[in-house]
Amino acid sequence: MRKKALIAVIFIGIILFWAVEDMPAFGDPESPATRHTGAMYIERSYADVGIDNIVTAILASYRGFDTFGEVVVIFTAGMSVILLLRRGGRL
Amino acid sequence: MRENVVIRTVVRLAVPFIQIFALYVIVHGASGAGGGFQGGVVFASSFILMTIAFDLAYTRRRIGSRGTMICSALGIAIFAGVGILCILYTGNFLEYGVIEAALGIPHLHGYLIDLVEAGIGITVMAVMTSIIYDMANRGGRSA
Repeated sequence: MRKKALIAVIFIGIILFWAVEDMPAFGDPESPATRHTGAMYIERSYADVGIDNIVTAILASYRGFDTFGEVVVIFTAGMSVILLLRRGGRL
Repeated sequence: MRENVVIRTVVRLAVPFIQIFALYVIVHGASGAGGGFQGGVVFASSFILMTIAFDLAYTRRRIGSRGTMICSALGIAIFAGVGILCILYTGNFLEYGVIEAALGIPHLHGYLIDLVEAGIGITVMAVMTSIIYDMANRGGRSA
């Protein structure tokens, strides 16, 4: 069983390292992520949102609904831990 | 289980500073590095430190199980409340710009984002504290 697990880990590791070759270099200005939306956020986020931090502008304003979902996920995780681990007493 | 006096004294001194720093991280989210998720976790870490250095009952006197459950729902309610307020001002969900345009207050967009970050921080703090309470509790009643 351990040998099978080791083989699986090595196999998946080789695939992942193979895939890393195709990723853009760190901070590459020509990568797809920085060529399209990145420049738009840097140019327009202060005019649109009016706060200095671009990350927070994207998190809370452009992607606000997504962040709401993240908070609900955290809330659900907390409720699940309460349901699984809490013994005795009322909820 | 109470640790020795040095640990208890250091924790007693460190906890207020950790909590002030957590509030700073939450409030500073709009203008620099920070935000609700990070600040909420830092705030919860102060309760985790108290639970390690003192015991569970000591921390429960500061914020109880009922408190964590109310806070975890309250944070989401603040976030959703801001979103629904935007709908009431005839915008889309979480479209803060319509409130700023309707009331004519400058920088209101940023303040609403601060409010949303505070809601995220309250929820994350309460959920982390609640998980620690349930994991540190060794059986018995958990009221």
